[in-house]
Parts: sequence; structure tokens; C-alpha cells
Amino acid sequence: MSLEAAAFWGLALVLLASGLAVVLSKNLFHSVLYLALALVATAGLFLLLQAEFLAAVQILLYAGGVITIVVFAIVVTERLVGERLVQTNRGIVNGGLVSLAVLIAIIIFVTRATLPQTPPPPPADLTQAIGRDLLTRFVLPFELLAVLFLAALLGALFFARKEE
Amino acid sequence: MGLQPYLILAAVLFCIGLFGVLTRRNAIGILLGIELMLNAVNVNLVAIARYAADPAGLVFTLFTISITVAEVAVGLAIVILIFRVRRTVEADHLNLLKG
Repeated sequence: MSLEAAAFWGLALVLLASGLAVVLSKNLFHSVLYLALALVATAGLFLLLQAEFLAAVQILLYAGGVITIVVFAIVVTERLVGERLVQTNRGIVNGGLVSLAVLIAIIIFVTRATLPQTPPPPPADLTQAIGRDLLTRFVLPFELLAVLFLAALLGALFFARKEE
Repeated sequence: MGLQPYLILAAVLFCIGLFGVLTRRNAIGILLGIELMLNAVNVNLVAIARYAADPAGLVFTLFTISITVAEVAVGLAIVILIFRVRRTVEADHLNLLKG
């Protein structure tokens, strides 16, 4: 087994185990920590796919930003309730059936498609290519993203403001 | 290594997230499931970009990561607002629109 395959299967194991822990853990706070682990394992996959810049973005924005916000939200909603952080699942059979059906459908689709067996040689500098594409080919969505951030900022402030 | 293991890994991760969204009672737990699903899509985008040698997939991933962060911020603001009004974040108790 090559080094790349070993790294892939190791990361896949961590990713799936932590993903299952996110949806099955009884303690909401533990769920968030397992989500952080899953996001870091995904950053490892990005490194394996030679997208170093995206791995850095993944850790900064997801593992840094999202996890912090979620922990804040848990502290706010659970402290005021004054209960333990216990959470349960409902409809496990139905939910499991639906997700299993979706999984089987996707896997049938993937196994029927003809996919490349070996990756092409990596380009010289992917980060440079991302930057160039972002400001030429995708400059309009890039600017729209700024508008979206402004709307999200104002929306979040509006929702979470103090009651008058 | 072919592309197929990456796609199947992403599919399994997506369905784990879907299971979480369908079965969690707590609204924050549902949001965590959505995070997993979006993460699986990002794995797909990066893997396909690598095997097609096109940086467009990486730019798309950048967009989805950024939009997810905005979505989580607004989503959790809504959760906190619901908590203030209804004193609960259990999705089952939020049935004001039920006839």
C-alpha cells in the first residue's frame, strides 16, 4: 500500500468515526468537539489532494470560526435552561432508512461512472491559480460574496440584539 | 489512487450528516449535521478539481466554505432568538404553525 493510500484510509477512518460521533453523541458539547475533529481531518484530505491553501482556509474558518460560534450558542442556550447538555435522537429507524437509501443511490451512481484512476501531474502553484481565477473568471461571485457577508452580518446582529 | 474512494467517502459522510439532520432534536444538533453535509460536498469538489486539473473546483470550495460560515452565524442567531421567545431549542417543540 502506498503512502498516499495509507494516509487516505487513516484520514477516512478518523473522518467517518468523528462524523458518527457528531450525530450520535448524547452530549451536545462533545458533538461540537467531534465536529472540530472531522473538520481537521477534512483539512488533512485537502492536503492529500495538494490544496494547501484550502486546508488552511478550512482550519481557520471552520475549525476556528464555526466551532467558536457554535460553542457560544450552546453556552447561551444551555446556561439559561439550566439543564444538562443531554440531547437525544428521534426516529432513528426512519432517518437511518432515508440516509441509507440516499447513500445506496449515490454509490450506485458513482460506481457506474467512469472515473480517472490516476491523478494528472499537479500544477505548479495552485494557490496562485486560485487567486488569479478568483479575480478574473469568478470576480462577480467574489464581489457578491462581500454583499452576502454584509447581509449576514446585519442579519445576525438584528436577530441577536437586545430586546427593547 | 483513483477518484472513486474520495467520492464514496464523501457520500458516506454526507449520509451521516443527513442522518443527523433527520434525527436530532436539538436545533444546534441539526445545524451540526448540516455542517457535516456541506463538508462532504467540499471533499467532493476538491477531489474532482484535483483529478480534472481545474482550479475552478477549488474556487467553488472557497465560496462554499465562506457561505457556510455566514449561514452558521445567521442560523445560530435565529436559534438564540427562538430560545429567547420560546425558552427551548428542541425542534419538536417549535410547532406554532401546526394546525
